[in-house]
Amino acid sequence: MSMEIILIVVFVAATLLGYKLINAVPSLLHTPLMSGMNALSGITLLGIIAVTALSDSVAGKLAGLVGIIAATINVVAGFGVTDRMLRMFRGEQQHKENGQ
Amino acid sequence: MSDTLYYIFSVLLSLGVLYGIRLMSKVKTAALGNRVSALCMLAAAAITLMRTDLSGSLPYIITGLAGGSLVSLLMTARAKMIQMPQIVGLLNGLGGLASLLAALLTVSSGAARSAFELTTSALALAVGTLTFSGSLVAAGKLHGQLPQKPLVYPGHSALTVFAALVMVALITLLPLSAHGNSLLLSLLLILAGLIFGWLFAIRVGGADMPITISLLNSTSGVAAAIAGMALGDILLVAVGGIVGASGLLLTQIMCRSMNRSLGSVIFGGSVHPAASPAATASLVRNPLSQASESGAAAQDEPIRPEGQHCETLCEDSASGGTAATPVPADAPAWLEKAQSVIIVPGYGMAISQAQEKVKLLLDTLQAAGKQVRFAIHPVAGRMPGHMNVLLAEVDIPYDLLCEMEDINRDFPSTDLAIVIGANDVINPAANTAQGTPIYGMPILNVSQAKRVIICNYDKKPGYAGVDNPLYEGGQHVLLLLGDAKDSLDVLLSNK
Repeated sequence: MSMEIILIVVFVAATLLGYKLINAVPSLLHTPLMSGMNALSGITLLGIIAVTALSDSVAGKLAGLVGIIAATINVVAGFGVTDRMLRMFRGEQQHKENGQ
Repeated sequence: MSDTLYYIFSVLLSLGVLYGIRLMSKVKTAALGNRVSALCMLAAAAITLMRTDLSGSLPYIITGLAGGSLVSLLMTARAKMIQMPQIVGLLNGLGGLASLLAALLTVSSGAARSAFELTTSALALAVGTLTFSGSLVAAGKLHGQLPQKPLVYPGHSALTVFAALVMVALITLLPLSAHGNSLLLSLLLILAGLIFGWLFAIRVGGADMPITISLLNSTSGVAAAIAGMALGDILLVAVGGIVGASGLLLTQIMCRSMNRSLGSVIFGGSVHPAASPAATASLVRNPLSQASESGAAAQDEPIRPEGQHCETLCEDSASGGTAATPVPADAPAWLEKAQSVIIVPGYGMAISQAQEKVKLLLDTLQAAGKQVRFAIHPVAGRMPGHMNVLLAEVDIPYDLLCEMEDINRDFPSTDLAIVIGANDVINPAANTAQGTPIYGMPILNVSQAKRVIICNYDKKPGYAGVDNPLYEGGQHVLLLLGDAKDSLDVLLSNK
């Protein structure tokens, strides 16, 4: 199997699996789900690191620098705000335990 | 690191991310799930740094990673929950920017040579760019820097289609052209993508925002996946695909909850002039029939025309038999008498920042031994699940937040429904006013509650522009107009 085919198969498989799993997330959690997924889309960080390492012009490296900053913010801030949000969700049980 | 080893790592990390998502389907494990995903990403970045020859660009890469992390820490600490929609929009745009730059560098450095690599680079360039400009416009609108209302230019739809066609033409041309021309073609493609993203997002307003944000979330994942194809990076393809699927799924859910087609959101044709609900009401279904059809409620309720429906309810509920129209001063007494209460929050609550007051109301009612729940419409607010986050922030237990399908059947047996800044999602005209934008949209059936208190800013129609028959009042509907915080003070006044 050529590399192209493998990549397309992986894409389709990941899409289908993701679709199935995400369908199980209740609408209560849709905002954190979305910001978590948003953070994951920063996976493009891997790509921009690879091409920045390859580029041999200063312009290319500067473009890479901008891309790396953007992708890093996407990933780190994305997971950060998601974590903050999820820690706010507390049930009645937890409220009682905390004496509220 | 050998390619085989990298494939194995890629599969493991993709499975890790999927496991993280699985954990997110339960509130109790969701925070852990998010951390599992984050850890997988960290591992992925570390592996990439190890297997790449960084020699020439090390300072740039280190600076980028350090600078980005620093900004992120500040952003995370300062983020307010009310700003979540625009933060997600902004972050999404940054992801698009990174994908677009990755694709641009792949083309310009000559790393992409085969037709497959060039085609996927061009696609990543296009999708990344439109994600970038569309997300920034959406974030600007949500943050109030751009007009919140839909902006429609002359010939807007034609321009949008034209920009899309130019993009398709350039994507086709890029792999066919000589390497010398590819940079120029890439820059033209970026220009077309920027214009398309702008045109697409600038015409979206208000209640269509959740759909737009979900869609752009999906495209940012797709852009990453396609960039991964161009680079032959299997991990990028897998994770990008997962994100693309999640965005698409949320977009579908939002479209369904709003009775909109995706095409009409992207290419316009959104808000039609609203027909008067009163004029069409007699022709069509009444508010109860839809609930019965969906099997949600009221199988034993006789089907009644709308006007009668209101009167009957009033007779049922007007204890004491006073015929006077309720006035705001009655509100605390209504609250006093109600044993079961459903609170319906909408975007107005967010604008007024009334969540703290809502929590106070909840505490007061619960202290008096009343049953209180919240009914959350799937598109209330400016992004999917927005209301839940705002209510969780003020410590309202998530067990009390009910989804529309689960709570709609309980309205007829509820003493009092309190609407706080919601309009279209409770408008009974959605069941009756054929030809209006909201016709057929599933709504929260607050009009079936024995009594309704509506705390809205004014009686203007909501985003969809359809008059709400509930505002005409009747003995079981009480309007508290003005800022939601003040209205809640009225409700709480004699407690």
